[in-house]
Amino acid sequence: MNELRTVLRKNVREYGMYFALALIMAVFTILTNGRFISSRNMANLLNQTGYIAVLAVGMTLVIIIRHIDLSVGFLSGFLGAIAAIALAQWHWPAWAAILLVLAMGIAAGILTAFPVARLGIPAFVASLAGWLIYRGALMLVTAATGTIIVPNESFNAIGTGYIPDLFPSQTFLPELHKTTLIIGAIAIVLFIIGQINDRKRKMQYNFEVLSAGLFTAKLVFISAILGFITWILAGYNGMSWTVVIMLAVVLVYDFITRRTVIGRHIYAVGGNPEAAELSGINVKNITMLVFASMGFLSALAGILFTARLKSATPQAGTLFELDAIAAAYIGGVSAAGGIGTVTGSLIGALVYMSLMNGMNLLGTDISLQYVIRGLVLLFAVIFDVSTRKRKS
Amino acid sequence: MSDHILEMRHITKTFPGVRALSDVNFAVRRGEIHCLVGENGAGKSTLMKILSGVYPHSEFEGSIIFNGREVRFNGIHDSEKAGIGIIYQELALVPEMTVFENIMLGHEIRRGIVVDQNQMIKKSEELLKRVRLSINPTMKVKDLGIGKQQLVEIAKALSRNVSLLILDEPTAALNEDDCDNLLNILRELKGQGVTCIMISHKLKEVLSIADTITVLRDGQTICTMDRKADNVNEQVLIKHMVGRSIENIYPPRESKPSDEVVLEVRDWNAYDATLGRKVLNNVNFRVHKGEIVGLAGLVGSGRTELARSLFGNPDGYHLQGEVYLKGQKCSFRHPKEAIRSGLAYASEDRKRNGLILIQSIQYNISLANLDGVSRNGIINEELDKQTANEFVKSLLIKTPGIHQLVMNLSGGNQQKVSVAKWLFVGPDLLIFDEPTRGIDVGAKYEIYTIMNQLVAKGMSILMISSELPEILGMSDRIYVVANGHITGELDARSATQEAVMQLATQY
Ligand SMILES: Nc1ncnc2c1ncn2[C@@H]1O[C@H](COP(=O)(O)OP(=O)(O)OP(=O)(O)O)[C@@H](O)[C@H]1O
Ligand SMILES: [Mg+2]
Repeated sequence: MNELRTVLRKNVREYGMYFALALIMAVFTILTNGRFISSRNMANLLNQTGYIAVLAVGMTLVIIIRHIDLSVGFLSGFLGAIAAIALAQWHWPAWAAILLVLAMGIAAGILTAFPVARLGIPAFVASLAGWLIYRGALMLVTAATGTIIVPNESFNAIGTGYIPDLFPSQTFLPELHKTTLIIGAIAIVLFIIGQINDRKRKMQYNFEVLSAGLFTAKLVFISAILGFITWILAGYNGMSWTVVIMLAVVLVYDFITRRTVIGRHIYAVGGNPEAAELSGINVKNITMLVFASMGFLSALAGILFTARLKSATPQAGTLFELDAIAAAYIGGVSAAGGIGTVTGSLIGALVYMSLMNGMNLLGTDISLQYVIRGLVLLFAVIFDVSTRKRKS
Repeated sequence: MSDHILEMRHITKTFPGVRALSDVNFAVRRGEIHCLVGENGAGKSTLMKILSGVYPHSEFEGSIIFNGREVRFNGIHDSEKAGIGIIYQELALVPEMTVFENIMLGHEIRRGIVVDQNQMIKKSEELLKRVRLSINPTMKVKDLGIGKQQLVEIAKALSRNVSLLILDEPTAALNEDDCDNLLNILRELKGQGVTCIMISHKLKEVLSIADTITVLRDGQTICTMDRKADNVNEQVLIKHMVGRSIENIYPPRESKPSDEVVLEVRDWNAYDATLGRKVLNNVNFRVHKGEIVGLAGLVGSGRTELARSLFGNPDGYHLQGEVYLKGQKCSFRHPKEAIRSGLAYASEDRKRNGLILIQSIQYNISLANLDGVSRNGIINEELDKQTANEFVKSLLIKTPGIHQLVMNLSGGNQQKVSVAKWLFVGPDLLIFDEPTRGIDVGAKYEIYTIMNQLVAKGMSILMISSELPEILGMSDRIYVVANGHITGELDARSATQEAVMQLATQY
């Protein structure tokens, strides 16, 4: 019990976020008589979260290295429109349009980074210029046609389709999506094996580990949550492609930030750029890299959003950048730089979108929705700052 | 009983995993200069932070009696109101603002709703006079040298009408002239009735200025001594501080440098475009394998500039001349290239550009050599931790664990982390800029011992230091730098402080 208390206290910030998410979900579930937690709505919520989560992951890295990127909203809108034009007017295959747009995203990121890294222009200004430019570009490419309908079904599947069920069966659990169940089961098994191996290796080196009891409790608890999510998703159409892409982005970025040399470099640059430079880290290159990744993820978000609407509009991407920034802050990234996690930002995005989704279900007035979102953002950051202060 | 302005009774303060102070008693008489000494991590700064309200009353045990009444501070504002001023080691001035704006910051004189500039300038002039600083109060703080900035800090504290002034290592970054000047000012303030508490690792200055000395060790009060009555000397102080006597401040070295040249610099010039002047002028020198070479000189003479210009030139000077490392001509465009070729630079200002304070010991130690703990760009977390643990053990870094954030370590232990970081790189030549700034005698001795071990293993060290005894005690050879020139080369065995000072003031 004592151990549990110290572990909780040590990670109060991290667990606080999970707790907040659980609380929000529980409250909406009760208020909507269970409609919120229904398979159909959960699938919808996750699909809505996709593009914001993808942007928030990129924004997290940008904020960690003490910058900001305001251009990402209209950049994804603009790139989504380019994809739509490539598909609708040039009749490109989906993969070619996607590759083109991703490459353009990387180029756009580097373009924003250039004045920031090489000339020392504040990122706020450089990306504000980008915001204006991409907004203009989006209006320009959609000026002739207005909304561009995307005719390509395989492209649209990215935003609206679900992974196929490889084992359809009318007799065994007919209501559920079997492939999703299997993926969920594999994820749980991999998670448990990974945790056990990790613990073994730590014990080999005589590092501190959780006691056997608490460790088992943690495994059971997290497995149960994974199982529950899988069950809910399997109850509708299964996992959507959006969810697959979102999870892939989060897993890859989480791995990069926590386990690789590049990740350490990013945190070092955010923690103290001068010390990082003198430790042999090329701060300019890291800055370029982080903005390039932001551009790449903006393109991906643009693709997800366009595919979801099956069309590109002149307003696409409006305010996405602020949603992503809010999600990152709710997820615990620090404005002073050097602190923040990718998984945190995923949770932040989920908190943010759960609020929106839940309030929409309740039919809350849109003006009130904004006020509540603002309050939640404020509260999250206050909580974050105060827990961090107590720690140091 | 003499009149006590301050009594701190039974103070206990714990941080997660660390008991910084346990049952400390500390009393200061009115009108005296009271020095607080002790090893790194002894708890000196923590005690002063408790006194000034940085750690509010609810976060420690014990009581504070100030001017005969028990006080409970909940923040620095409360202590300021009561008449306690504190000056931290890291200066808290706003460089872009003028001297008078800094002095009056937070206490601006107003006329109606507008600030009264003239009144403020006049008041500042009076205060500057009290610290004997004859500068124009409308100068910007960033244009002042560090010694003068320190005095501006004191003037700022005086503007609050303090009766008790706390200075945490005020002289650590000052050269000798500035130090003497500061100590004189403190004596004058004492004459005006201001009581001072000063923390310092420089025992000579403690012995010259203190009326009373309190020694802390491992979070406990070891003793309080009256300097004159108890006839305190350096040996006694050291013994109380570290708990044993240190015979030799500079440990003797067994190994001899070889003839092999590791670094040779020829006709080296550097031009700083932002300052618009040359910072280095035709510099020539060499370092041999297994040698400790001292770079002496006044603060601002160009020693750090020399080090940084060699170490990949992060300041972007225009460079001219030749550098040979192990016989190979090199021109590094980035610290990264310098590190790869076997050059390391441990910076003088570990907080500002040496360490990443918000990260753990583990992360800091491997930062400059992540290739050493990774494969294909993926970090081997266990190897990383093991490496950090080994350094914590071998360098005796005092910490509850390698996950401790560096900002929570005391100054000396931070310096050891910085040393560990560069040792893990395993360079041929380590440029060590002010290796013992802000470090206690015990830790100094340890750092010196480590330096000796390193050169015995064939590493070379170029040591920049403003402390002449250290230069003379540790180096094999000494180069003196003045105003961007090398003004002389001395053999450390025959060199004297006077000879070095003469060369250092040539320009
Ligand atoms: N915020 C903190 N969190 C955890 N431990 C801390 C914190 N601040 C100080 N400590 C620990 O408390 C002890 C006392 O630190 P303190 O800074 O008071 O030492 P000091 O005597 O001022 O040393 P130095 O001469 O190096 O400045 C050290 O072991 C330090 O690591
Ligand atoms: Mg201290």
